[in-house]
Amino acid sequence: MTGFGLLLRKEIREQVRTARLPVVVVVFAVFGLISPVFARYVREIVEALGGGQFQGMIPEPTVADAVAQFTKNMGQFGVLIAILVTMGSVATEKERGTAAFLLTKPITRGAFVGAKVLAIGSLLAIATAVAGTLCWIYTAILFEPLPAAHFAAAVALVWLSLAVVAALTFLASVTTRSALVAGGVAFGAFLVAGILSALPAIGAYMPTSLWGAADQLALGTVPDPLLGPIVANVLFVAAAIGLAWWSFRRQEI
Amino acid sequence: MSSTAGAAAAPAIEAHGLTKRFGDVLALDRLDLAVPAGSVFGFLGPNGAGKTTTLRILAGLGHASAGTAVVAGVGVGRGGTELAGRIGYLDQDPRFYGWMTGRELLAFVGRAYGLAGSALRSRVDEVLETVGLVEAAGRRIGGYSGGMRQRLGVGQALLPRPAVLFLDEPVSALDPEGRRDVLELVGSLGGEATVFMSTHILTDVERICDRVAILDHGRLVTEAPIGELLARHARPILEIDPEPGQADAVARLAAALRATTWTREVREEHGVLRVVVTDAEQAAAEGLLVVVAAGVRLARFERVRPTLEDVFLQLVGTEAPGPEVGA
Repeated sequence: MTGFGLLLRKEIREQVRTARLPVVVVVFAVFGLISPVFARYVREIVEALGGGQFQGMIPEPTVADAVAQFTKNMGQFGVLIAILVTMGSVATEKERGTAAFLLTKPITRGAFVGAKVLAIGSLLAIATAVAGTLCWIYTAILFEPLPAAHFAAAVALVWLSLAVVAALTFLASVTTRSALVAGGVAFGAFLVAGILSALPAIGAYMPTSLWGAADQLALGTVPDPLLGPIVANVLFVAAAIGLAWWSFRRQEI
Repeated sequence: MSSTAGAAAAPAIEAHGLTKRFGDVLALDRLDLAVPAGSVFGFLGPNGAGKTTTLRILAGLGHASAGTAVVAGVGVGRGGTELAGRIGYLDQDPRFYGWMTGRELLAFVGRAYGLAGSALRSRVDEVLETVGLVEAAGRRIGGYSGGMRQRLGVGQALLPRPAVLFLDEPVSALDPEGRRDVLELVGSLGGEATVFMSTHILTDVERICDRVAILDHGRLVTEAPIGELLARHARPILEIDPEPGQADAVARLAAALRATTWTREVREEHGVLRVVVTDAEQAAAEGLLVVVAAGVRLARFERVRPTLEDVFLQLVGTEAPGPEVGA
């Protein structure tokens, strides 16, 4: 892993200088903040817009709605952002020739892959943590305080689901030369995972099923199964990164 | 950082049977090459000859389908960082991170080679001075022109003082002044480092290289010191420079020259007829008579020294720089 530290510093500086880090954190923060707000006021908004037509039709919002809104937003916009920030990570470097510039220096391909994986994973972790913190605070203000440890565990599950999406996108980015193709492949894989999550035997182990588990955890209930899906998704991430590294080692740049 | 000192007499670059296939396309066909340490080596060939493929394999970016290569004493294709630690590499169209400044990029490269602190700072300053980017050092690379990027590319390749420097078309994006400066710089590296340079610009090769190899359709056509190559392959050339405004007479002259037994080829380059002859004695005796018979008024009639371009065109037989007259 010669050059890992150098490349990791470069990746982090790149995220800051190209404004990727602040933009992703702000976007996640907005979704973390508006989730409980939207859950709390959706009834008033709909009733106001409907001119009294929907009076009494929408039930009183609860803290469960705030949590569900948060995981739903993360499952949609979070996934989209995870794909967007990852799809060009290697494909664009190969396409533009900067990968060739780097790999003719005393830097191993393992370091190249490892630095990118850690940088993307950290970016998503920071952004998810900020979003989760804001969601927790506003849920406490607008509804009631949620058990902090359980909520933190739920946010970690959301991050794991995004990490699976990012790892699949990373694999696609390594194996193709176009960021758009990588994004398309990753999105397709994500849709397939969504379809598979409806199957009774394996559904609970898909990354999309982690959001339901996160809902329960955030509300203080330990879902069943929990450990199996966590292990399965950690293995998805490890397998995708391992395959990406294996493929990248053999590639012509 | 590597040093070339003590690089002994062993070739800096050796290739044996180097072959590269892209599907059904044979891009490189059993290339054998031995580049002496400290030489400035010109690697020539028409488009698609396999020059860039060779460079990329030798720099560790591509994999050979067959054959072996050793660069600066390191086997190519073994993985690891040993090879990269001994070479500098400049791509044909160098691209860097647009968000970095020129100085930051060079510092990044220096750190990759283990430089730090004041040694790094002074080496970066030195390279910026060498490639003429001192004033632009603090600007983002995204705002650099193609020529500035190429200068930076040369700088980053030179920075670690590599034993072997691979340059793929190093002056293609430069203006005449920049080209002269970079060529002088590359030429001055001879003896200190081994420079392996691919280019289309044959006059550049003649100016700074001491040896050349010519590649065509993936095969090595020839490899020798330039002087030896000229002596071995070059045929005598007559240059006939007519007074302007005689297009018809010049076309008649070209046809008449082509009909002689001692003419191999007639090309027009900027109004001057360049006649490659097979028999210099006969050409000297009969050339002027043909000119007179065609009714062409002359500004100049001269036997000239063949250039590398003449040898290249003779061996490769493509990409004549000027159109055939009357063909």
